[in-house]
Amino acid sequence: MNGELHSLVCLKVVPKSEEVSVDRESKTLDRGHARSEINPPDMNALEMALALKDRHGGRVSLLSMGPPFVAPMLRAALAMGADHAYLLSDRAFGGADTLATSLTLAAAIRKIGDVDLVLCGEESSDGATAQVPPGIAAWLDLPQATYAHSVAFDDTRDHILVVREVHDGEETLDVPLPAVLSVKVSTNEPRFMDTARLVCLRANDPVTTWTAADLDVDPGHLGGAGSPTSVTGLGEVAGAGSGRRREVLKGTPEEEAHLLYERITEFLRSAGMPARGG
Amino acid sequence: MIDPAYTPAEATGIWVFLEHDRGQLAPVSLEMLAKARELASKSGAILTGLLMGHELDAIAGEAAHLDLDRLVVVAHPLLDAFTAEAYAHAAREVILRERPDILLLGATPYGRDLAGRLAVTLRTGLTADCTDLSLDAANGLLLGEVSGFGGGILATIACANHRPQMATVRPGVFARTEAERAAAAPIERVEVDIPASARPVTVVARHRQERADISRADRLVVAGAGARGQLPLIEALAGALHAEIGATRVAVDEGWAGRDRQIGQTGVITHPKLAIVCGASGATQFTVGIDQADLVVALNSDPEAPIFEQADLCVVDDLLPVVRALVAEFESRGEGAP
Ligand SMILES: Cc1cc2nc3c(=O)[nH]c(=O)nc-3n(C[C@H](O)[C@H](O)[C@H](O)COP(=O)(O)OP(=O)(O)OC[C@H]3O[C@@H](n4cnc5c(N)ncnc54)[C@H](O)[C@@H]3O)c2cc1C
Ligand SMILES: Cc1cc2nc3c(=O)[nH]c(=O)nc-3n(C[C@H](O)[C@H](O)[C@H](O)COP(=O)(O)OP(=O)(O)OC[C@H]3O[C@@H](n4cnc5c(N)ncnc54)[C@H](O)[C@@H]3O)c2cc1C
Repeated sequence: MNGELHSLVCLKVVPKSEEVSVDRESKTLDRGHARSEINPPDMNALEMALALKDRHGGRVSLLSMGPPFVAPMLRAALAMGADHAYLLSDRAFGGADTLATSLTLAAAIRKIGDVDLVLCGEESSDGATAQVPPGIAAWLDLPQATYAHSVAFDDTRDHILVVREVHDGEETLDVPLPAVLSVKVSTNEPRFMDTARLVCLRANDPVTTWTAADLDVDPGHLGGAGSPTSVTGLGEVAGAGSGRRREVLKGTPEEEAHLLYERITEFLRSAGMPARGG
Repeated sequence: MIDPAYTPAEATGIWVFLEHDRGQLAPVSLEMLAKARELASKSGAILTGLLMGHELDAIAGEAAHLDLDRLVVVAHPLLDAFTAEAYAHAAREVILRERPDILLLGATPYGRDLAGRLAVTLRTGLTADCTDLSLDAANGLLLGEVSGFGGGILATIACANHRPQMATVRPGVFARTEAERAAAAPIERVEVDIPASARPVTVVARHRQERADISRADRLVVAGAGARGQLPLIEALAGALHAEIGATRVAVDEGWAGRDRQIGQTGVITHPKLAIVCGASGATQFTVGIDQADLVVALNSDPEAPIFEQADLCVVDDLLPVVRALVAEFESRGEGAP
């Protein structure tokens, strides 16, 4: 690493899952009534970057692709201790699949320049593909370490040691910088924002907004137009719980337990399984 | 639109990435293979398994008896431990040479790492974490069914013009078949050139935890945040029913159960006959993991808890006295079997 550590955190603003519905006519997602939040694991990625800054110095940049209403959320994240935010906002970015999303974020990271560590969340709570972090790494031809729990510098400070979760436990990776990380949800406790810092930010706004014209990319590679995948059908999973009986068993706790006991043993018997053993 | 690496007209066959570890094929690879065979027999496609790693003779011998038509083996010392960079480098070379129409990978940590990187270097689309796969009757395109927003929404995704059509498949959604080949499939060893620079990352330690697999458990007793302080009771109920313990993410974060017992979007999709859910609110990220249960019992003190929408039998009460009495019934009356 030459000079100070420059970390960049990718923050996706997502609608709260419970508040999204499908418009049956147009077969599109109705996010209109949903409140937004920063994707929870992205807050853990931000906390990881801020903790590195506390220890080793340097600076933290934020990057988000999304509509203009994302800006106040970026300010709140800045107030936690980040230094600068970049918002990629343009209709041309809309409808991007993971290929186009990672291409756009990678182009912005290239333009920002001198980034040592890109930190993402493990997956988003809406699309939940987990493909954007490896995608960014591939576009930038950087190494990747996903599902990270912790990161530490080695003595030379040009490699990091990453402990990450895999299918049957954990592994420790030695990763040369610059690199792309994705961070496991709830791996740390994101700090509160510093309200004094928020007030100070209002005066001197460190949010830069870029449109497609600001990035060095072929406009045909952006958004829905640049996406090889397309959604051919959409539906709400109302079916999931709708087949359930939702029968309420009432009484004192002992009576409830007794009713449950009878129903459960009857069910197990009809399913050909004794209540004990199996 | 980004130019495809090769066109649909140049593409043939269905490929399945065979993930393995310590000489064992990943369950999801076998599950995908069963589905891939179903698709292949509809379209007449040739089904190829892709096995990558180092010193693969034993596992290749085993894989050659799986229900596939060809086995492509890519062995190289730099593929000894999984790293996304080296695997993507090697896979890309093979894919560009062989030009498959469809490439399926498991949505495991390694599968997702490889798929996300490979899709970009191949400039193609990827349908992620599929819960179903089919072929479009009209044009033969691969249709991947995916869920989003914590499972609340289902979408069907296709990749019309770029190849291979890539998809990752959620573990536990397809049933594996016992279908086997009597005669081993032909093994084709493919040479790849992997420069040292293509493996920048080193795996310096591997810490394995014995992992419970609750994805196929018959009976589950699930602890949510509302089970605070009541874990011994939850365990007693599971013991009385010979059930496995499952947990919501909050319960796992609290350390009441291991990560391997987390149910839901970022945990395990389960298929029990019976699930007794104690003190979980019923967030969609959790309930996707119990949707396939035959009978769901929910205990929660809040009558408005969304879990009751997803349950067959509902008890609106403090779980402590109810579960205590239920355990006592099972213990005193013992066998409920006929
Ligand atoms: C239900 C549903 C299913 C979908 N399935 C697919 C699919 O199968 N294939 C496909 O190509 N697309 C799919 N999409 C589209 C996909 O969600 C978008 O491409 C999205 O822009 C990025 O993917 P993600 O949300 O899955 O991100 P993930 O890869 O899950 O996100 C991981 C991390 O990347 C970073 N990140 C992601 N997006 C942004 C952003 N806009 N700004 C800043 N950082 C970001 C964040 O740190 C985030 O935590 C789907 C969308 C929905 C709603
Ligand atoms: C990207 C992402 C992925 C996620 N993946 C998962 C996942 O895989 N699995 C998962 O579980 N969650 C997941 N979550 C989290 C999920 O959204 C919920 O936050 C979580 O499931 C809530 O857990 P809970 O129901 O145990 O806790 P809570 O929501 O806090 O619910 C506790 C419930 O217990 C009840 N209760 C309290 N005391 C008692 C008592 N004495 N007796 C009876 N009832 C009582 C309360 O009424 C309440 O309904 C994910 C979230 C995100 C953003």
